[in-house]
Amino acid sequence: MTETAISVRGLTKTYSTGATAVRALDGVNLDVSHGEVVLLMGPSGSGKTTLISIIGCILRATEGSVRVCGREVVGLRESELPRVRLDHFGFVFQGFNLFSALSVGENVELALDLKNVRGAVARHRAASLLEQVGLGDKYRAHPADLSGGQKQRVAIARALAGEPEIILADEPTAALDSHSGRNVLEMLRELAHARGRAVVIVTHDSRALEYADRVVHIEDGRIAAPTASSEEINSGWMNHREQSPATQLA
Amino acid sequence: MASLARRNLFHDKVRLMVTLTGVVFAVVLVSIQLGLFFGFKTATSNIIDHSGADLWLTGKDVTYIENGVRFSERKLYQVLATPGVAAASKYIVDFSQWKMPGGAEEGILLVGFDPATNFGGPWDIVAGRVENLKAADTVIVDELYRDKLGIARLGQTVEIQGRRARVVGFTRGIRTFTTSPAVFTSFKNAQNYTRLREDETMYILVRAVAGVDVEALRSELVARVRGVEVYTNAEFSRRTQNYWMFGTGAGVTVLIAAALGLIVGIVVVAQTIYAATVDHLREFGTLKAMGASNGYIYRVIIKQALMSAVIGYVLGMSISLPASFFSQQGTTAIILPWPVVLGLFGLTILMCITASVISINKVTRIDPALVFKG
Repeated sequence: MTETAISVRGLTKTYSTGATAVRALDGVNLDVSHGEVVLLMGPSGSGKTTLISIIGCILRATEGSVRVCGREVVGLRESELPRVRLDHFGFVFQGFNLFSALSVGENVELALDLKNVRGAVARHRAASLLEQVGLGDKYRAHPADLSGGQKQRVAIARALAGEPEIILADEPTAALDSHSGRNVLEMLRELAHARGRAVVIVTHDSRALEYADRVVHIEDGRIAAPTASSEEINSGWMNHREQSPATQLA
Repeated sequence: MASLARRNLFHDKVRLMVTLTGVVFAVVLVSIQLGLFFGFKTATSNIIDHSGADLWLTGKDVTYIENGVRFSERKLYQVLATPGVAAASKYIVDFSQWKMPGGAEEGILLVGFDPATNFGGPWDIVAGRVENLKAADTVIVDELYRDKLGIARLGQTVEIQGRRARVVGFTRGIRTFTTSPAVFTSFKNAQNYTRLREDETMYILVRAVAGVDVEALRSELVARVRGVEVYTNAEFSRRTQNYWMFGTGAGVTVLIAAALGLIVGIVVVAQTIYAATVDHLREFGTLKAMGASNGYIYRVIIKQALMSAVIGYVLGMSISLPASFFSQQGTTAIILPWPVVLGLFGLTILMCITASVISINKVTRIDPALVFKG
């Protein structure tokens, strides 16, 4: 396992609409290590989602380099990207994005199905993952029967099913109450610190700060300021930064 | 794990019903229209198809069996003198008027044949015998048309072209494409009913000696007998079918209705599968984010379409096949040969897969950011 899970250099993304070109990301540099929780923060439209989409190989970069676990992914063919996502990433979404027609267990099994793990093995692993997120008794329940917090935990179990090295979480607490949100953040931190996953969280939620090792602030498609380390966060760096408009939480 | 396709399909019962209604509608409409097409096609030529003749001699430019022209019966002797001919007989097919006991008249298709050879005679006789037609002024009709012709019982006497006619038998299932029922009688009787001269005929039906090449015999007859055309049985059958089905536009109309059924089916199924896909777009986007290839997602959509096709086909055929069965008891038969039934299965699959193409196209173009929207 390489030390640096994600290495982004000079990343630029331009959206063209007719004659107009909008630069969503402009020369972004970012490294995320295994075992690290990185928060991506910034106002709406700052480029957070674009950055996480490109890192997650969902969106193509216009320029620059993105290395995932040592592998350059920017030049890969479209048909090669699903394999990279499958091998390296687990996604946790704000809206949970669970499959309403499937049971909780089947939602997790679906991620295993993509990796060609099926049948009794898949069922056993899905049950084990749900056990890990505290939902061992909800295997047959449907997403509609769960609370928001429970749904997000199912989403985390699903993200973990493929045993990814990197977890990309987009506003994972936005739809959750305070208790559930902390629960989810605790779980993500646990994945990084105890299991060595690189965790990148896009969030506006200030509660997430205490779970982060590093905060990266993006504004107008650029890393707005030197990133804060976990030590700085713990030593009150945020109190200092909150006085600067560039680091105000949106 | 149950397939995502199956779960998606059965999860929304209302949408499932709409999808299946679309497929069933298309299957029933297409199968009934095709069944009518084959029913009509069979009806146009069944007298030829059941004639038992190898070759037909017709007047010039006869495009269909009901359009026969008179020619000299002397040609029969030229035919009989041709090597390779086992038997030949004169034959009449012509429209005439049937007067019912109450005085009302009904158009009929009079078929006059030689009861001795029985070329072109009635088949599937359920009452009476062909030999009964050797008596003067006797006819056999199909029981499907009993009411239409006002026939209450066997032995009843009616009038054809002002001449007496006695019903001596009934057939079952001899339909005509025109509204005029076929009435079988001896050639001699038919001459009287149609006012054909003694030395005239409309057709000569020929049977070849066993083992003789029919094509070669036809060439021989063309060379020997002037002023007529010679067709094999299959050729004349096809010629008659083509006239009625395509020359008059009747068949084209039925085929257009079948095509419309297919188009409507595709549109309804496409719309419902598309709507289902759009409803699940975020899920498909999520699948993509999770690492599913486009192929994996296409398979989910196509599986949904295939399942809709199979269920819809079974339901549709459970309507069409009984309809076809019961139609055999009426004057308009819906004929669904097994190759057509199987072909329709393939067509239904094709229809549903075609319908899913738009959805596949939609999924291919999913905005990746969709999965990150709350």
